[in-house]
Amino acid sequence: MRMLIASATLGLAMVQSGCAFEPVQPWDKDVLAQRKMQLEGYPLDTYLDDHIYFSKEASSGGQAVGGGGCGCN
Amino acid sequence: MQLKKEPKSVRGALALATCSLLAGTSPAHAAKEWEVDSAVLFYSEGSDRISLVEPVVGLRKALGDDEYVGMRIVIDALTGASPNGAIATDAVQTFTTPSGDSSYTVQPGETPLDPSFKDHRIALNGVWEKPLSERLKGVFSANFSTEYDYQSMGVTATLARDFNNRNTTLSAGASYSADTIEPVGGTPVGLASMPTVPAVKQTQGASEDKTVTEFLVGITQVLNRRTLMQFNYTHGMDDGYLTDPYKLLSVVNSAGNVSGHRFEKRPEERTRQTVFWRTLHQFTEDVLDVSYRYYWDDWGVSSHTLDTRYRYELGGGHYLQPHVRLYQQSAADFYRFSLAEGATPTHASADYRLGDMTTTTFGLKYGFAVSEDKEYSMRIEYMNQSDDNRRFEDVDAIIVQASYSFLF
Repeated sequence: MRMLIASATLGLAMVQSGCAFEPVQPWDKDVLAQRKMQLEGYPLDTYLDDHIYFSKEASSGGQAVGGGGCGCN
Repeated sequence: MQLKKEPKSVRGALALATCSLLAGTSPAHAAKEWEVDSAVLFYSEGSDRISLVEPVVGLRKALGDDEYVGMRIVIDALTGASPNGAIATDAVQTFTTPSGDSSYTVQPGETPLDPSFKDHRIALNGVWEKPLSERLKGVFSANFSTEYDYQSMGVTATLARDFNNRNTTLSAGASYSADTIEPVGGTPVGLASMPTVPAVKQTQGASEDKTVTEFLVGITQVLNRRTLMQFNYTHGMDDGYLTDPYKLLSVVNSAGNVSGHRFEKRPEERTRQTVFWRTLHQFTEDVLDVSYRYYWDDWGVSSHTLDTRYRYELGGGHYLQPHVRLYQQSAADFYRFSLAEGATPTHASADYRLGDMTTTTFGLKYGFAVSEDKEYSMRIEYMNQSDDNRRFEDVDAIIVQASYSFLF
């Protein structure tokens, strides 16, 4: 719960202080628009990695929620 | 604090055009064509252990104005042997298969592997991305997967709201899945003894259920023209049958010899949490992608994961991307390497995946991006898992993946 409150506080602080970052105008987002700069630019790589590590380790998740279950023996 | 007015006229049009670009598809072709993402994964732990072949196809099509539908089809074909949880000894060991109608033997000094392991899995995912207002977007998806002893059905909803001239995005998501397992030979009673053929195992039923509920809150911030940062917090709750019905524990007597084997038993609830940070930064052309996750749960497991990729542009759309992933976990409270004879724990498992463990992965990807929509790539990775207490044998795996994305 403490982590949740800390995360929420951090999130709100970032929203409220948008001007603390260097504001990027829409016409300056050519670099950020490239596929290699997308958080989900290569979704199958992410899916396959998640599947391997979900099956082989005790931890999972972090980047997203859901995604389908498996027996993964 | 300075509040800015929304961009209008030319600025507004540019903002909308850029937004479409950020969505990953240019409007000119999006209305007509499917974006196709395909890959085949090969995973192998060596000749006598698990091998996997997994083809995947993802499709995505624009319906107009940032609205998309998509689907993903995955097929897994698994063969090979999996550790059954028992320990190696200096004598020949005999185990009963899960079905109970046959047995297999393990030679002295060898890690006991269950050779009857073979499975196929089909997983389907459908997704609908829908703008709910100018700044609010919803992503809704449904999942279904089936293998011969396991079925899963789930739904996920994520909302993302843009702020600060679209430089800040707040996300909130929730997912729910309902799974059913029908273990071969029935569900063994937890911590009951493994019988010897022709005796049959004590069972508690033919099938078991579990549910998985997850929540996410996250923030994505554009730091500057070349840098993007993401923070997520997730909270997950598993409820129901969380035991692996095929895993055993060795029972060790006072003389230090294995005197029998028992089925494992895990708690029926688990609460998991993660904090996740990721940053993407583009230098002149190269891109550094680094993330860190801290995970902890009420089984006593906690872990650190550091993942780094560096995309090195070779020119003409060709690139090389080295990948390093470091993972370290602490053991679950009920993890036991073996059980002392006469011990009566409430829960116990010898599954090495619940032990003190380190995973190290090194990889290299080569890609050729013909355009933003058409790309070939190939990656090869080596993964090593080792017991931090040096008791179970290392797992070494090779991962090879070929991918091709295009418009259709």
